[in-house]
Amino acid sequence: MNEKTVLIKDTTPGSTTGTKDFFDLFTSALRESRLSDEVRVVRAADIGVYNHGIVLKILPENITYARVQPHDIKRIIGVTLKHGNPIRDLEYRPSSRQLRLVLRNCGRIDPENIDDYISRNGYQALYKALQAGPEAVISELKTSGLRGRGGGGFPTGLKWSMTGKSPGDEKYMICNADEGDPGAYMDRSVLEGDPHAVIEGMLIAGFAIGASQGFFYIRAEYPLAIERIQKAIDDARAYGLVGERIFNSSFSMDLEIRLGAGAFVCGEETALLASIEGKRGTPSPRPPYPSVKGLWGKPTCINNVETLANVPPIILNGGAWFSRIGTESSKGTKVFALTGKIKNSGLIEVPMGTTLRDIVFEIGGGPASGKKFKAVQTGGPSGGVIPEHLLDTGVDYDNLQRLGSIMGSGGMIVMDEDDCMVDIAKFYLKFCVDESCGKCAPCRIGGYQMLHLLEGIAQGKGTLEDLNRLRMIAKAMQKASLCGLGQTAANPVLSTLRYFEDEYREHIVNRRCPSKKCTALLRFVIDRMRCKKCGLCARTCPEKAISGDKDRGYVIDATKCISCGMCFEACKFGAVERN
Amino acid sequence: MIQATINGIPLEVAEGTTILDAARQVQVKIPTLCHHPDLPPTAACGICIVKVAGSNKMLRACCTPIEQGMKILTHDPEIVEVRRTVLELILSNHPNDCLKCGRNQSCELQNLTAAFGIREELFPKFISGIPKDDSTNAFVIEPDKCIHCGRCIEICQELQQVWALSFLGRGFASRFAPAAGMKLVESPCVECGQCSSHCPTGAIFELDETVKVWQKLQDPENYCVVQIAPSVRVAIGEAFGLPPGTNMTGKLYTVLRRLGFKAVFDTTFAADVTIMEEASEFVERFVHKKGALPLITTCCPSWVIYLEKQAPDMIEHFSSCKSPQQIMGLLAKTYYARAMQIDPSKIIMVSVMPCTSKKCELTRTEEMFASGYQDVDYALTTRELARMIKQTGKDFVNLPESEPDHILGDYTGAGVIFGSTGGVMEAALRTAHYFITGKNPETLEFEAIRGLPGVKELTLSLAGSTVRVAVAHGLGNVTSVLDRVREAKANGNPAPYDFIEVMACPGGCVGGGGQPYGVTNEIRTLRARGLYQDDRSRSIRFSHENPYVKKLYQEFLQKPLSSLAHELLHTHYVRRGQE
Repeated sequence: MNEKTVLIKDTTPGSTTGTKDFFDLFTSALRESRLSDEVRVVRAADIGVYNHGIVLKILPENITYARVQPHDIKRIIGVTLKHGNPIRDLEYRPSSRQLRLVLRNCGRIDPENIDDYISRNGYQALYKALQAGPEAVISELKTSGLRGRGGGGFPTGLKWSMTGKSPGDEKYMICNADEGDPGAYMDRSVLEGDPHAVIEGMLIAGFAIGASQGFFYIRAEYPLAIERIQKAIDDARAYGLVGERIFNSSFSMDLEIRLGAGAFVCGEETALLASIEGKRGTPSPRPPYPSVKGLWGKPTCINNVETLANVPPIILNGGAWFSRIGTESSKGTKVFALTGKIKNSGLIEVPMGTTLRDIVFEIGGGPASGKKFKAVQTGGPSGGVIPEHLLDTGVDYDNLQRLGSIMGSGGMIVMDEDDCMVDIAKFYLKFCVDESCGKCAPCRIGGYQMLHLLEGIAQGKGTLEDLNRLRMIAKAMQKASLCGLGQTAANPVLSTLRYFEDEYREHIVNRRCPSKKCTALLRFVIDRMRCKKCGLCARTCPEKAISGDKDRGYVIDATKCISCGMCFEACKFGAVERN
Repeated sequence: MIQATINGIPLEVAEGTTILDAARQVQVKIPTLCHHPDLPPTAACGICIVKVAGSNKMLRACCTPIEQGMKILTHDPEIVEVRRTVLELILSNHPNDCLKCGRNQSCELQNLTAAFGIREELFPKFISGIPKDDSTNAFVIEPDKCIHCGRCIEICQELQQVWALSFLGRGFASRFAPAAGMKLVESPCVECGQCSSHCPTGAIFELDETVKVWQKLQDPENYCVVQIAPSVRVAIGEAFGLPPGTNMTGKLYTVLRRLGFKAVFDTTFAADVTIMEEASEFVERFVHKKGALPLITTCCPSWVIYLEKQAPDMIEHFSSCKSPQQIMGLLAKTYYARAMQIDPSKIIMVSVMPCTSKKCELTRTEEMFASGYQDVDYALTTRELARMIKQTGKDFVNLPESEPDHILGDYTGAGVIFGSTGGVMEAALRTAHYFITGKNPETLEFEAIRGLPGVKELTLSLAGSTVRVAVAHGLGNVTSVLDRVREAKANGNPAPYDFIEVMACPGGCVGGGGQPYGVTNEIRTLRARGLYQDDRSRSIRFSHENPYVKKLYQEFLQKPLSSLAHELLHTHYVRRGQE
């Protein structure tokens, strides 16, 4: 019997300082110390600590060590594993502003071991729900105030009760795990780190709405998540937790996985349903809503991974407990994938209402490399940017919407002074243009035309009239697009225009990119004083616009230069200037 | 009933009524583009958006059912601006080919542009430049003119269940095309042309052969003759502003002569001949047990293509009798040519058909050249003839009526109902009854097989035996009928039917793919009513009593199913494409 478990975070297997070697070093050190039988070592995908090198978690003491080096192994074995004492200087202390409800088990259990999950109150909520009955479960959800974490923020309890009340002898429960926002991996971490929590949420939801079949719609790019959910389903079935007569009750429900083929729009509910049915994944008009006429025409409830992971603690601790966390309109916590120009990037989970400033500066440690903070982008490609002076806003569904952004699924990208807002708008819009299904005219053509306008502005070909055109198309897209993708695709453009119109005007009127990001607007010259006459710039230039030799030095022919910036990147002496 | 207001006007509508339909009740016309009253809403274009009090979105009137107490606003400056922007976006993705487009003056996009008073182009044009597909003889696809309304795909996949057309690609690059980007001729397409008669623009347009026909008419060397199909007479009036179902037979004869045709025949005469052959075939199989039952009709060329491509296991059940179009062509270049002492090589036979598929039938097999020449040289659709009449400035509506040319022009009531679903069967039963019992049936109107239900059945007793017939129209309705036959065969049971009629288009030829635009079930019913009225007004209502048909058999063909009749009037079928 193992007395202790050591979780080692699986970051970069194979590299010289990576976990693979560390893992081997650790296990062989254990063997030398004759502790192999007492200590179980598990390679974990996610411990909830990021950008902190190799991370170890020791159970049952629940001690976390970060930035562990191979030379720390003997110390850890000697001090902690043999005597149970913590090593202060290695210990990782998470910011107290975080609250881990959804990520409660991530990094604390072996996700492939159902007993680990069960030992942490796993499947007790399901048992409790089965005793209480569907109405009590839905009422508990309504009390909790939980809203959908996929982006829309629709009250989960209401969704369940609507699906539950829809007439139909057959109903379906779907877990939407088609996470697709660039840089977002909240759902993936939960699926990989705590698959049983999502399964338990699915079973409770299925019980509440009267479904006997559930589907996990997981994007195919998440092979580990798929593997772990499948194993978790199989293990749960072996324990009688999935399948016929769960807990010997009259409730039976089976679960299956369906793979998404990589279309962003398939995260939209009606497109997701079409995709599961084997049709082209395009949205359909609503009504009929999925709760009335969903998968194969049957009432269907679709919940996001994070939403479902919230369900077991709500049932166990009560809806009232949950509703005490968060703000008036948004209850509970939210997981964000904090990335971009930030010191501590990674997954964070905070109570609703935590200010953006706390998230960016306290938890995230502020912009990396000391640059000036410019804006934070929330809500993924459908979201918007929020500038510095609004950072004291607490994050919840309604606040973010008021600021012209959205909660979305939880992407949060920090931008500093090097980021050009026209370029940012272009990046996000391009994503939506590429991912538009092409069904409705406003999104299909509107997005494309807007992108064309932005490209013109970034190349110094814009006019002030273009700003009106952008707003006009954006409005048509918001009002007349069929689905959420099109209705929100213009948000990045509108919110950058709202807070950074000066930057757009600078591009248009003065043909200048203040962040020096839009290369077409930059002029490149070689500073003769700093030039070491190595000739690397001339060899790099794709247009042969740089001439000269080792004696005379090098000059850029402005008529040939296409402002690609390759010489600027190439020069090791900072002799290429861009203005 | 549900109470609501539109633009402040109170109204009461049945549950499920859309905002669009309800608005008509209060004399408000909400502009639409993708919507077609014949089809479920695709909700693609976003033109019909309206405001509903309490929602900050704009909702699509075409697919949003009215709810109790809704306060709807259909027009205000903001709504009009959004609609206008969407329309301008659509125009930016549509070529300015109006003047030379086949749909000039009948284009729904053009009409809408005119209604909005758009005078300049706000956005740059982006046309994808996808080459046109003219691989079939039925119609031409010009993807650049497509506005992605999705009507053609709805029809092809849902109504007809042919699945020749689908959307391919994503976003701005999405396009409608045969599956996997193959050529139309290689696809499952059956050339029914329903896509072309529902297309709002010139993206799918019948292969226009009017110019070729004009050339033939203008060459004095040619002896141009023409035939008109039963259903054309009750539909062509719509192109000249007359109500659907108006019988234009006499005026058609006149106008065709004035266009330069030397003789005007009526396909309805050939329909009577078809009945002689087909009813005899039925008697052979049903009474004398020679050949497989059920016997299935073959007047519809799209149905023939469908069978050869998708249900070749049914070939033995097919009537070998040619369609009336082909019989007429054959008779014109043999029997008529001999009687009138005209060199058949000089005869140009033009047919006017409700159908695009008839164009392909002309060269279907070598049997379509049984006269020694191509039996029918050109098949024009109703729409093409309407254009030819307009091109010459003929006041079609006020023309005097005239008679067809004899020996191939006089028809019975049985022949004319061929143009409606159930008509071929009804005509065949009238004559089969006579062939089997030696006397005409007392009731000759079979109400059970008239009208628009997708599959209609009838059982009648004939000389002591029971004849079970089925009538299906709209290819989407065929599978269930064929599956019943297949199931009986597989189980060794007697066939569930003795005689089956299939028409590819919903409603039969009155709803054909070459008929005037804007067809709905109401219009199909009115057109059919025109044919049934014609039937009732005829003094002769049995094909076998047509004096000119009797004369034809006496002077030329001897008797139905004679060896000459077999040689000239019958064909065969082969498996096409992969199963």
